[in-house]
Amino acid sequence: MRLNNLLAQGKTAIVKKWFVLAIGTYPSDTAKFLKRQKDPFANPVGRTIYHGLEALFDQLLEDMDYEAITSFLDPIVRIRAIQNFSPSQATNFIFFLKDVIREHTQKEVSEARLFNELLLFESKIDKLSLIAFELYMQCREKIYELKANEMKNRTFRAFERAGLVSEIPADTPDLVNINICKEASSDT
Amino acid sequence: MNISYMYSLIAVIILFLLAYVGVKFPGGEVFFGIIIPYLALIIFILGFINRVIDWARSPVPFRIPTTCGQQKSLPWIKSANIDNPSTTGGVVVRMILEVVFFRSLFRNTKCELKESDKISYEWEKWLWLFSLTFHWAFFTVLFRHLRLFTEPVPACVQLVAKLDGFLQIGLPGLMLSGVALLAAVTFLFLRRILIPQVKYISLGSDYFPLFLIFGIAFTGILMRYFTKVDIVGVKEFTMSLVTLNPHVIKGIGGVFYVHLFFVSVLLVYFPFSKLMHLGGIFMSPTRNMVNNSRAKRHVNPWNYPVKIHTYDAYEDEFREKMIEIGLPVEKMIAPETPEEPEEKE
Amino acid sequence: MSDVPKPDELLSNIDYRPSRTGWMDTPVDIQKGIYSYAANPKSVEYVGLPYPRQWNPIEEDWQLPENWKEIISKGFRERLDRFRSVKVFMDICVRCGACADKCHFFIGSGDPKNMPVLRAELLRSVYRNDFTTAGKIIGSIGKNFKKIIGARELDLQVLKEWWYYLFQCSECRRCSVFCPYGIDTAEITIMGRELLNLIGLNIDWIATPVANCYRTGNHLGIQPHAYKDMMDFFADDIEEITGVKVEPSFNRKGAEILFVTPSGDIFADPGTYTCVGYMMLFHYLQEKYGFDITWSTYASEGGNFGFFTSHEMMKRLNAKMYAEAKRLGVKWIIGGECGHMWRVIHQYMDTMNGPADFLEEPVSPITGTKFENAKSTKMVHIAEFTADLIKHNKLELDTSRNDHLKVTYHDSCNTSRGMGLLEEPRYVIKNVCNNFYEMPANTIREQTFCCGSGSGLNAGENMELRMQGGLPRANAVKYVHEKHGVNMLSCVCAIDRAALSASMEYWVPGVEVTGVHEMVGNALILPGEQKRMTDLRSEPLPGMEEDDAE
Repeated sequence: MRLNNLLAQGKTAIVKKWFVLAIGTYPSDTAKFLKRQKDPFANPVGRTIYHGLEALFDQLLEDMDYEAITSFLDPIVRIRAIQNFSPSQATNFIFFLKDVIREHTQKEVSEARLFNELLLFESKIDKLSLIAFELYMQCREKIYELKANEMKNRTFRAFERAGLVSEIPADTPDLVNINICKEASSDT
Repeated sequence: MNISYMYSLIAVIILFLLAYVGVKFPGGEVFFGIIIPYLALIIFILGFINRVIDWARSPVPFRIPTTCGQQKSLPWIKSANIDNPSTTGGVVVRMILEVVFFRSLFRNTKCELKESDKISYEWEKWLWLFSLTFHWAFFTVLFRHLRLFTEPVPACVQLVAKLDGFLQIGLPGLMLSGVALLAAVTFLFLRRILIPQVKYISLGSDYFPLFLIFGIAFTGILMRYFTKVDIVGVKEFTMSLVTLNPHVIKGIGGVFYVHLFFVSVLLVYFPFSKLMHLGGIFMSPTRNMVNNSRAKRHVNPWNYPVKIHTYDAYEDEFREKMIEIGLPVEKMIAPETPEEPEEKE
Repeated sequence: MSDVPKPDELLSNIDYRPSRTGWMDTPVDIQKGIYSYAANPKSVEYVGLPYPRQWNPIEEDWQLPENWKEIISKGFRERLDRFRSVKVFMDICVRCGACADKCHFFIGSGDPKNMPVLRAELLRSVYRNDFTTAGKIIGSIGKNFKKIIGARELDLQVLKEWWYYLFQCSECRRCSVFCPYGIDTAEITIMGRELLNLIGLNIDWIATPVANCYRTGNHLGIQPHAYKDMMDFFADDIEEITGVKVEPSFNRKGAEILFVTPSGDIFADPGTYTCVGYMMLFHYLQEKYGFDITWSTYASEGGNFGFFTSHEMMKRLNAKMYAEAKRLGVKWIIGGECGHMWRVIHQYMDTMNGPADFLEEPVSPITGTKFENAKSTKMVHIAEFTADLIKHNKLELDTSRNDHLKVTYHDSCNTSRGMGLLEEPRYVIKNVCNNFYEMPANTIREQTFCCGSGSGLNAGENMELRMQGGLPRANAVKYVHEKHGVNMLSCVCAIDRAALSASMEYWVPGVEVTGVHEMVGNALILPGEQKRMTDLRSEPLPGMEEDDAE
């Protein structure tokens, strides 16, 4: 895998470029802050993205381990899922790597005819994007779950535990008699 | 291109030309040397006082210090009497640290995750360092200038000038404060155009005073080291201003009038701008108050009465339910209500 | 987020929000997930606030009163004359940018208008235009010049921008710590929200709790009998876990002390467990030392959403505490774990509704400690009270019952930066549990990060905003979670307990949230108690798991 060697050598530059493109999706003033501020507690967004991309790139160079990939990709997607990006905007940063790599390896690929390897590598990136899509949906679902259930979980549950939400059980005997669904009645 | 600083730069250049050329016209020296400076000083003093009085006219209705350390509560818990002052003494020290050393800016700690998970703290204090340099250098330069306005020159002014020039480079001796001032102004300017967030928030009124002060420092240095202004003549002139017996001295040169004009503009600009932070910092309620609002009642001069939901209104609404569940009430329900029979059923 | 992007936009990394333009030329874009719903007119009307009406923030027409500009302008003037803080803070900012990256909402959202300095400039720009000499003179030359000095006219767009961003500030004061002049964005937000309330522009998660608190004494509008039911249930729970029957008293005249806590502790998990902790502590003290305390259903809300509406509304809600203390004839008051409730008690209550000359200077009846720091308000924080008890060895504690917890502590914004309550809760925690780990220094104490949902922003519809704001805090929790295995985030604030639960669920699954007194309750050995198998959440204690699995 000559392409892999090439990419491994250029890792620092590639990841940096990828990172710059990824944070270019933020307003320009913000992007520079995300890039400059190295304190992970003062700048969780920038640092999470940077460390995540670095680790993901390592994964792409090796055999892709689903668990590991998820653990690195999840924090990035988790942040972007709540930042007013559309779904495609939230996950498009993965594809930016294609541009970076094509640019970085252009000469070698055409000279040494590494097209096959490049295609192989790019399909790895495609897989990565699918995982990102999965994660993105999980995050969004979580948000909707929180939106729908927060009050219920916190307040209703407290009342329920206290036995203060008792009106419905009191009526159950009547309900059993007027049940119109066969299967359901056999359930009870 | 940022129009905010272009406009400010253009404004300062126009001011420069105005003074440099204007002084060559007949009566120009009197205008720029005597009338403008006197007028500027009067506007500065009245404007400053007016602004401070205006602030003071608004009361401080609540005791709202920002507490930046442990409160004084139980005797065995060490309280942070400076960052969270519980005494007037603490406030005084807090204010001194704030005004003289920019304590809050210094607080800007920054940490970094090194290698795997070790946290290390990094020295990230450029803003603090250069603002402090800027203000102290400005103050020193100002103080040194007293030698032009006093006769005989007080010993402390001479001492400061001596310390300031202790490097003894060149002739006339290089004054550190002037160089530091110029460097700090340059830094503060570059910071405004290079750090994106700061650039985004900067207004024309942020750039203008920077350019103006740069102009003042630059013309000052120019006179001292390069055009070698006639210092005896300058002193004679400034003393004539101080003794309220103003007269123009010939041959001091255009740069001097530019310098003086810039200072005058700064004085006039001062009370109407953010430069009033010089006065405002002393009046900031989050810094200049003792955090003792639970120990000592703070009085609000306009504490007007408000509508509240009284206990009686509350009980009136829920009395029955309260009685039913066994909560004590003020008024029992009148016995006429024949609710009792229900219970027997 | 609603619009489907065009194909050629899909793979571009161009700013999704153009900010190449200056901030004044960037129009406000009210986003779903960020804004909170408009106030229910019934709630606004109930407390007699002006202009109750149905309106919708994402619609063009906000149904404003015709003379709204006049109302705002008059209101602005009034506040400049009433508050030196506002006047000084309007004038002296030099835009040094020290605050810019200190705001959790900026860090989490990346929206430049969430930089504290810019949030304040939204109001300052109008102030310069309408109330300063320089603004008036330069403004008269031309519109371009106005922009250079940062002045602009108040129009509908500006108003919408105010509303949108003033309800993206949690009044946490973190920026104020770093400001060289102590400019406090909270003051500016409070003032801005007051102005918005003058023309009926509140959000529902503030307005409705305000109305509820006003009427029933708690934010959910639960009536007194249900309050009592809930507490009875807690008592049953305690009996089940410990075998000890506790009997809290309510509205009892002649008690020595009144206890006021946020209603979230009674009606919302996991605050309920903190409430159980208080009840156990009070019972223990009553049995051992004859401690005499009463709860009140009338003054049953320590939390004060009026604080997020206006100074006047804050005063109206807060008045109940002293009124009830006076009616019941207690000597002094203890306040439960709550953030902004304590900012109000510490910095406003005595001034607004005092002097409390009908009360006595608080003295702990158990240790004899005089709470000198509260001798005027006569109100003591429960963490101060409990820390004093522990220091004097008055509590029997079995810390091993918290051994399943690895605890970190989140300083609530208000108690840390509006009071300075830092060591007391830590002292209590360290004495009731064995595994305590601090988060990184620039995320705790006076530099603590907000939970992301303070100042009335813990609604449901703005969940994305809350997660953005909660990120910096969660990020620090994640660090101690990964490094030390921390699984419990403790705090002394009811909004924290609600908000951080959601935030942890999203950002750091595996970390739960607790009040400090829940852990006190776990450790406290009640007189005559049975061997405990579970903690207060009915989860098996370490070593008891096998017994539990039947």
